[in-house]
Amino acid sequence: MADLSVSIHKLHLKNPVTTASGTYGYGEEFVEFMDVNRLSAIFVKGITLEHREGNPYPRMAETASGMLNSVGLQNRGVDYFIRHIYPRVRNFDTHIIPNVNGSTIEDYVTVTRRLNEVKGIEAIELNISCPNVKAGGMAFGINRKSAMEATRAVRDVYDKTLIVKLSPNVTDIADMARAVVDAGADAISLVNTFLGMAINAETRKPILGTITGGLSGPAIKPIALRMVWDVFKAVKVPVIGMGGIMNAADAIEFILAGSTAIQVGTANFIDPTVSIKILEGIKDYMSRHGVNSVNELIGGMQLS
Amino acid sequence: MKKIEDFTVIGHKWLNYSSYVIELEAPEPLSPVRPGNFAEIEIGHSPHVFLRRPFSIFNVNMINNTLSFYVKVIGEGTRALGRARKGDKVNIIYPLGNAFTIPEKNKILVVAGGSGIAPFILYGKELQNHNKSATFLIGARKAEDIVLIEMFRPYGDILIITEDGLLGEKGMVTQHSIFRHDDFPCDHIVTCGPEPMMKAVAGLARKKNISCEVSLENTMACGFGACLCCIVETVDGNKCVCTEGPVFNINQLTWQT
Repeated sequence: MADLSVSIHKLHLKNPVTTASGTYGYGEEFVEFMDVNRLSAIFVKGITLEHREGNPYPRMAETASGMLNSVGLQNRGVDYFIRHIYPRVRNFDTHIIPNVNGSTIEDYVTVTRRLNEVKGIEAIELNISCPNVKAGGMAFGINRKSAMEATRAVRDVYDKTLIVKLSPNVTDIADMARAVVDAGADAISLVNTFLGMAINAETRKPILGTITGGLSGPAIKPIALRMVWDVFKAVKVPVIGMGGIMNAADAIEFILAGSTAIQVGTANFIDPTVSIKILEGIKDYMSRHGVNSVNELIGGMQLS
Repeated sequence: MKKIEDFTVIGHKWLNYSSYVIELEAPEPLSPVRPGNFAEIEIGHSPHVFLRRPFSIFNVNMINNTLSFYVKVIGEGTRALGRARKGDKVNIIYPLGNAFTIPEKNKILVVAGGSGIAPFILYGKELQNHNKSATFLIGARKAEDIVLIEMFRPYGDILIITEDGLLGEKGMVTQHSIFRHDDFPCDHIVTCGPEPMMKAVAGLARKKNISCEVSLENTMACGFGACLCCIVETVDGNKCVCTEGPVFNINQLTWQT
């Protein structure tokens, strides 16, 4: 039996398959379709300090092999999450990893402090890369100095595994990765969505209510894969890769490029059972290739 | 219980230049479906039809385990599904969303515009199961867009209005003479169709103090509450049309009518 387990700093994952924040709700939305306990972690919908209504409609535009979204972190706030949502999902046999957002560093710190006290939550994903909010979000993640400040401030109040989610909307992703690791990140997840836009030529109007939004899906996969490879070479901490993963072969590519674990995102919308198929496909790949542990594959792209 | 299954196309019939009915057989006994419920159909395998498409469930046959969909061609996805052939496999997630309520009241008016007829065969059937019937007011731009009318006959009276005036009265749905009667012949309205039409119907209902439910259409990435894309503004904040709708009582909406 192949060993599927991997470690992200102190966080033990029973396999490398997790789901991306904003594409998998809180896990509950999928229980009618699949056994969510088979996932090693669920990165739940982005959480802010206060209740947020998100952006105006329309929030979605389908594009070639992908989609743009401008949801804008609609959520009920961290206290509601802790009091009402987490108790419903805490008994899943999978890690629930909150995705932490804020307009200011103080927001990030306050949300993190509250989550730090919750028993059962062993990691957070610090989102300094949401492209769909006016204040904060990606603004922190595209500037080296502010990315470090946000990471350091959160690090100071969090003792468990701190994963920092990077924006791909930067010139040098490896440099950003090094910066947040220097500031205390235990792991890096990437990529968040690429800033993009769509126009309806007939009406001459933007399709999204916010004009621009985040591009995801297979359209971004080759760029995401390259960025994972760049970051893998630049830092020593584990990398969690994502960006257009639709099937097991895509997942294997991300692992070979340096991902210790992967996040399945947009594909969940099309096939809510796809994450299980990806897990099965990884097992099948390992058996076909005589691989005993996933760890043998991480960064295992063969250059000659 | 929501299911994700490969259905088999067993019937496909074009009704006019731009619409068709597709009937698909489930691999196992159907989950119960209610009027207003929808399904997410994977058309896929084309870069330009990346996501599933949501369609209102038009008809159900619990004996043969088939679902049918009334589809109007509006883009790549609906065009591609129009090319499906008998025997093709089509992956479907269903049943999704909420349903129309069956009112206590007895004088029910159904207002359907264009492809907005889709949820109302099931509604008519459910009314019949409750020993009720409805008046179906069906409107379209052109007479040739008025299709499948006879299917509504068992469930009540039918009124037709077209903008070209070639079938039934001439005008927009809300200009139908039924709305000008002093003794307005209904005490509950359900409607589905283009948003301006539904807003106008909701406005009339509000003015006459009649309860009214609308079935909304929206662009969705998932259809089951994960993506938070298909929101509508309600008196309680943004709600997902896919999980909290598609059917809303007009009192829940913030429409200025």
